[in-house]
Amino acid sequence: MTVALFVPCYIDQLYPDVAIATLELLERLGVDVAYPDGQTCCGQPMANTGCEADTAPVARRLVDLFADFEAVVCPSGSCVSMVRNHYGAYFDADDARFQHVTSKTYELCEYLHDVVAVTHLDVKFPHRVSLHQSCHGLRELRLGQSSESMTPRENKVRKLLNLVEGIEWVEPDRPDDCCGFGGTFAVNEADVSAEMGRARIADHCGKGSEVLASADMSCLMHLQGLIRREKNPIQVMHVAQILSGRPLGAT
Amino acid sequence: MLPIIQHPAAAKEFVNDPNRSRWHDQALWFVRSKRDKQAASLPEWEYLRETASGIKTHTIANLSHYLQEFERNATARGAIVHWARDAEHHNEIVLRILQDHKTHRIVKSKSMLTEECGLNHYLEDNGIDVVDTDLGERIVQLRGETPSHIVLPAIHIKKEEVGDTFHTHLGTDEGASDPKYLAEAARGHLRDKFLAGEIGITGVNFAIAETGGLVVCTNEGNADLGTSLPRVHIACMGIEKLLPRQRDLGVFTRLLARSATGQPITSYTSHFNGPRDENSELHIVLVDNGRSRLRESETFRAAMHCIRCGACMNTCPVYRRSGGHSYRATVPGPIGSVLSPTRDQNSYKSLPYACSLCGSCSDVCPVKIPLHHQLLAWRGELVGKKLLPVSKRLAMRFASYLFRFPALFRMVGKVGRFTLRVLPRWATHHRLNTWTIARELPEAPKETFRDWHRRHRDH
Repeated sequence: MTVALFVPCYIDQLYPDVAIATLELLERLGVDVAYPDGQTCCGQPMANTGCEADTAPVARRLVDLFADFEAVVCPSGSCVSMVRNHYGAYFDADDARFQHVTSKTYELCEYLHDVVAVTHLDVKFPHRVSLHQSCHGLRELRLGQSSESMTPRENKVRKLLNLVEGIEWVEPDRPDDCCGFGGTFAVNEADVSAEMGRARIADHCGKGSEVLASADMSCLMHLQGLIRREKNPIQVMHVAQILSGRPLGAT
Repeated sequence: MLPIIQHPAAAKEFVNDPNRSRWHDQALWFVRSKRDKQAASLPEWEYLRETASGIKTHTIANLSHYLQEFERNATARGAIVHWARDAEHHNEIVLRILQDHKTHRIVKSKSMLTEECGLNHYLEDNGIDVVDTDLGERIVQLRGETPSHIVLPAIHIKKEEVGDTFHTHLGTDEGASDPKYLAEAARGHLRDKFLAGEIGITGVNFAIAETGGLVVCTNEGNADLGTSLPRVHIACMGIEKLLPRQRDLGVFTRLLARSATGQPITSYTSHFNGPRDENSELHIVLVDNGRSRLRESETFRAAMHCIRCGACMNTCPVYRRSGGHSYRATVPGPIGSVLSPTRDQNSYKSLPYACSLCGSCSDVCPVKIPLHHQLLAWRGELVGKKLLPVSKRLAMRFASYLFRFPALFRMVGKVGRFTLRVLPRWATHHRLNTWTIARELPEAPKETFRDWHRRHRDH
């Protein structure tokens, strides 16, 4: 009963504490976690650019690396959506190893909510927090209900954060507008991307939030870049860091 | 041939004028919020979307059958049906009808199909006076522009600018910006045009195979005025506007107004079943213009479900910031970025990339077009046709190697993080590094997660 930890490339290289927090959190909840060596990236940058031939070998590597584990857990909704919703293009539909990995890869909050069914966390975070809901977590993994959709769903990320003592929720005007990261979009359409990010920050800051929390560090990387440039009084944190008891400003 | 301007360059001026971009964003978000309230007020909203999508899938699959049924029934009611294979053919048909009636003046209600076909210019070049009677469209027509939105054609223009335009063309007071005053002036001006119009041209929102009738939805009643006074009505429609039965219509009218403007119902939903009397004529022009080709595509066929409500534009965070004209296409926004490359891949190759893949368009679409998945699919098509710039193509090839060989990935990562730490700021944050024009780079940690894991967990 071992689950594999999948650490996205940019988290491994730039935000190791998000992965450490994820690992510690899972271990504390009694999950047997392995970190298979040799992992890199899910292939999303190439796939989103349309370079399918460059994506296929990367996707096949990932499946090979994780096929022998009971499940794969990853602290990024975007990477999980890539595996779950877009890997079909690179495998035969009846490939058993692909089938196993694609159906058993979970976003961290999804895994904690659906599989571990966490009901208690002995953690405090006495701060004003607002949630940045990443588009892929929301609309591709359905971790919650998007504001366009009239299909009621409970918000798994929020439900988990509600187990943390002391969080004072701050609600932005637009609960799930895109931050403008979008992978290579952030570079290809830099002007529009930055303006989208500034709008998100202004919305959260304007409501008095101290911490912008998200289950996707890639959105936060982009937002943090803007926050630092414009010296905004708000910090970003990955949900895994808050759930594992990190203090304010751990990222 | 005109130079191809890529979306990021075309968007630059609009998005980098924060006053305009933010005001545009808020105006459209206001419409989307109204849409949310209306959609939430119907417990059966998702059921309606599912039903509409099912009806469209069925209609498109059996399109030739329903088109023939429509032609038969419309003809039986006394309408004259014309078939146009493309934009040019459509314009010729319309001109011929005008010439047959020795007409020099037409009034037109808003029609994105005639925009798509470039009808205004064509008719004007042939000596016809064309007056767009939709207020927003009249504003852009007077300014010599094109609509920037399919439902709200002048959404990019501020009321002060409308005041200037009206002062120049309609003689209103200089500096006037009161919407009531300006609308009243436009009303008077258009009333004269309606009375002088010899033939009325309208678009079509829905055509019904079972009855041979057609339905036009407007909020200003201009289609009704434009067709009640003249004795000849020309209705121009894309062949995908068809619905099989009268009873299907309610599903779509409920979705259309709510999705488009957040109204429970459009102000005027006008039904035309044949010419109104023996002295009148109703011409219906059925236009293909690439639609049959789109229908053959398994990946993009669902784009033919589109009822042109514009909800995907109102919700699109890129459209809201960059404005409709940045798409350089008749239909902008998410649906336009799917449809435009089907006509001309080279000219519109940057549009499928003008999208952060947030997926809001797919969730808001009343007929369930998987818009963001189609935009992603378009990227694959464009790369296959070698329409992606070589620099981007090579960057992705390099990334692919990097991710296939973990030792290489680690080495490049190590060098990159080291450089980021030791280099002075000016060497990493400059205009050639697009990320850093508006943003700081992340701070590079000394240790990766893998290194940490080897020290703390591997035994």
